[in-house]
Amino acid sequence: MERIPILQMGEFLIVSIQVDMHDRLALTLQDDLTTRISVTNAKGVLIDISALEIVDSFIGRMLANISSMALILDAQTVVTGMQPAVAITLVELGLSLPGIKTALNVERGMTLLRQAMSSAAPTLHTDDADDPPED
Amino acid sequence: MTLLKTETLAIRSETDVVLIRQAVRRLCIEQGFSLVEQTKFVTATSEIARNTLEYGGGGEAALETHLEGLRKGVRVVFVDQGPGIPDLEQAMRDGFSTGGGMGHGLGGAKRLVEHFQITSQVGAGTTVSIARWK
Repeated sequence: MERIPILQMGEFLIVSIQVDMHDRLALTLQDDLTTRISVTNAKGVLIDISALEIVDSFIGRMLANISSMALILDAQTVVTGMQPAVAITLVELGLSLPGIKTALNVERGMTLLRQAMSSAAPTLHTDDADDPPED
Repeated sequence: MTLLKTETLAIRSETDVVLIRQAVRRLCIEQGFSLVEQTKFVTATSEIARNTLEYGGGGEAALETHLEGLRKGVRVVFVDQGPGIPDLEQAMRDGFSTGGGMGHGLGGAKRLVEHFQITSQVGAGTTVSIARWK
């Protein structure tokens, strides 16, 4: 069966969508990614869509689903490289993709994921010099 | 309005939806549409083709290129013999979906094109026509 490869790099999973996806392929990616997050204990997912020429409501929903499922599995998602024409079309279509983090390119996307992780970490081992002292 | 050429493609599977998107993209490029115009029209095509497959049980799409004076256009007519849509007004509304979509399909597609026409008869099928001019 046709599949979109998911690459692992440390605590991150990286997906680059290079093909014009039919709906089932998009659903397979959604399933594969959620499985891989739980198996690899990944903390971040980066999905590069710079090669995608359109994002319609179905693919939009898939991206939103991946993002929410990942969050429930304690992983952040960032979608990178959306073409300007795609962004314009999405907004007119009525999809604002709430809850999806985006970045202009893969490099910025990785920075965003790293920041999200480092800002999430300190809340566990409390070391808050800024917080008011508790009585 | 002069019909330059027409081509009919079947919509029987998800792969057909992809093929129609690609064929419509080629026509848009041929007609000199800008990248944004292409993207909008192809996205609208994708939404309607999916509806034809999912709700209409499949059908076909007629892809046409037109010339009106100096204006070039692309028109796609989707026809299915499915169950039809009982309440068109409701179906066009954003957020309304009987399927698994986000409910932006029809209403959203309408916003992306210059011409949008839908006729539907319960028990007989649905026809959607979309067009965009350069």
